[in-house]
Amino acid sequence: MGDNPSGSDNATAGDLGVTGRHARGAGTGVAPGSYEEPPFGGGGALPKKTRFGMEAGFRGLSVAAGAMVLVIIVAIAVFLISKAVPALSANTENFLTYKSWFPNETEPKFGIAVLAFGTVLTSIIALLVAVPIALGIALFLSHYAPKRLATPLGFVIDLLAAVPSVVFGLWGRDVFMEPVRNFSAWLNEYFSWIPIFGGDGPFGRSVLLGSLVLAIMVLPIVTSLSREVFMQTPGMNEEAALALGATKWEMVRTAVLPYGKPGVIAAVMLGLGRALGETIALALTLGVVFNISFNIIENGGNSIAANIANSFGEANETGRGALIASGLVLFAITLVVNMAARAIIYRRREFRDSAA
Amino acid sequence: MSLLERESSDVVMTPDNIRSQKLHPGLNVGIAVGALVVGLALAYGFGIGNYVLGVVLGVVFYLVGLQIVAGRIEGRRAARDRMWKALIYSACVLAILPLASVVWTLVSKGVDRLDGDFFGSSMNNIGARDPNGGAYHAIIGTLEQVGIATLMAVPLGVLGAIYLVEYGRGKFATTVRFFVDVMTGIPSIVAGLFVLSFWVLIVSPWFNNGTPRFSGFAASLALTVLMLPTIVRSTEEMLRLVPGPLREGAYALGVPQWKTILKVVIPTALPGIVTGVMLAVARAAGETAPVLLVAGGAAAINFDPFAGGQQSLSLFVYQQAGDASRYAPARAWTAALTLVAIVLILTVAAKLLARRNSLSK
Repeated sequence: MGDNPSGSDNATAGDLGVTGRHARGAGTGVAPGSYEEPPFGGGGALPKKTRFGMEAGFRGLSVAAGAMVLVIIVAIAVFLISKAVPALSANTENFLTYKSWFPNETEPKFGIAVLAFGTVLTSIIALLVAVPIALGIALFLSHYAPKRLATPLGFVIDLLAAVPSVVFGLWGRDVFMEPVRNFSAWLNEYFSWIPIFGGDGPFGRSVLLGSLVLAIMVLPIVTSLSREVFMQTPGMNEEAALALGATKWEMVRTAVLPYGKPGVIAAVMLGLGRALGETIALALTLGVVFNISFNIIENGGNSIAANIANSFGEANETGRGALIASGLVLFAITLVVNMAARAIIYRRREFRDSAA
Repeated sequence: MSLLERESSDVVMTPDNIRSQKLHPGLNVGIAVGALVVGLALAYGFGIGNYVLGVVLGVVFYLVGLQIVAGRIEGRRAARDRMWKALIYSACVLAILPLASVVWTLVSKGVDRLDGDFFGSSMNNIGARDPNGGAYHAIIGTLEQVGIATLMAVPLGVLGAIYLVEYGRGKFATTVRFFVDVMTGIPSIVAGLFVLSFWVLIVSPWFNNGTPRFSGFAASLALTVLMLPTIVRSTEEMLRLVPGPLREGAYALGVPQWKTILKVVIPTALPGIVTGVMLAVARAAGETAPVLLVAGGAAAINFDPFAGGQQSLSLFVYQQAGDASRYAPARAWTAALTLVAIVLILTVAAKLLARRNSLSK
């Protein structure tokens, strides 16, 4: 984005050595109050630097607002831990390996193993489905579509991102389940020798349904971020490839994809973060069964977030603590995934400034 | 005599064959139709599936056929180019299908209960056998919760963005910026759990004689946590687009920095900021999970966001979806239609506003 006049960081208005007195360009936002000595001329009329004026107050307010973000993230961790610890110490089984969820009994027994497995399984299948399609759409929008088609289509993809997850969940349960059930039965009939398509029903409210709904939901995120990155490919790289006789696809493969690779990885990880934390759509579509199974077409499946939504209603105090403990695990996982994604984006300045 | 016209027996390139041959568009369509027919015939002929399998097989055969035919006529590389182009186009079609289905279902199922009763009454005293009942209380709840959340998140978010753009230098600003980005990825259910453990279980007992209490305000807090990073990020982007000379002009006139920000920078960036806020509001209005955890949900109308359970539209959809009554699905779909209408109107208005914004061109 070399030609983007973004920000005043590189505005050179005051950098031309006009006075030689300015330590920094005026464009970098030097407050009049921070001049060491009054400039020539009417400088004496400049307001004196005050210690507790509006300037300091406003600056302090904005710093506090910025720090608020850090405070909130720390507070989330602190309060979740404070409520999770009593429940975890009341737990009579191993939290990490136990495969059931009975925190409301007099002897609470609960473990995260099944939930964590289900969360990761649904998210990974969703990404396997969504990422190739999302990259295809991103390439279409950035390099293949005529501009008249690309703008409205990009708009439609943005609208897809705006549809609330509860609507997708309702649609998945009431409409999409039927075709998925037929498809599962078909897969089971012809491919039951593959373990993930085995079993003998009932089909429908399965990991497959949840993952496909999830795939539709992460599609817009991966698409919009990859599109941004693909669009930033330097025109020279593309033209050089074309001038060497590359076909359009060869140009994309040799110039666009390598340039956008870090951005695409980050986009996929952000999609993963969203998929891991998705709650209501999965609560409505998964079959909520507590067992670890790779079978993706039989009724079943569960996830941390969906379990919180489903069992919150009948939870007592230990039950709530157990759910908060599982939420803490989810928070830790998504925090790691998101931080890794952002770290990748931050290595490329031009990505950082545009990545949504 | 030009090079091309020179006759020579051992040079294979002539004006006739130096230009590569192109695949005729008609042949392309022919391959597509043929592949579709073969696919459908296979699917139905062997009885292994319905038209969907036929179309999928057709697409596969089309790609293979295209590869072979175009490979003969245009060469291997051009054929591969065509194949990827076809794949990329079909990815687009594949993505439009679910959206079209969602919209179609929303409209066709949502109009059933789209009547005055739905928007004028609550679910109070509505049993499993009652066909009426409405979402008035849910609409009130959504408006109040999102409104309060906006009131809290906008000043905080805009100030945070001002810090990042105008004041922030060095390591602390980078850290804040990084964690704003990380915070956009916090799952909504975690924000709900945070407010549950912080506000509902720890703070609210102070105001309620020692017993925890659900409230609409708690939902607003959770929505604030979710809206804040979005608003900071979009406002920051807009503030960065304000030209430096505008600020410098103000400084040259002796205006202090805080006044420059309030009177010059913010007004210039205002349309963009409003766009970002509207998108954040649209996202918050559709959140279900945090409201489920901290607002409790109620069947009756509750105007007071600080006392007692409150309903919201998205939570209403979720609860009706899980309800056993045979009238519940119709209510759920109509509420979903209302919710999507609100969210889409906000989103479209925000995008149109962004298009008119001279800064973001």
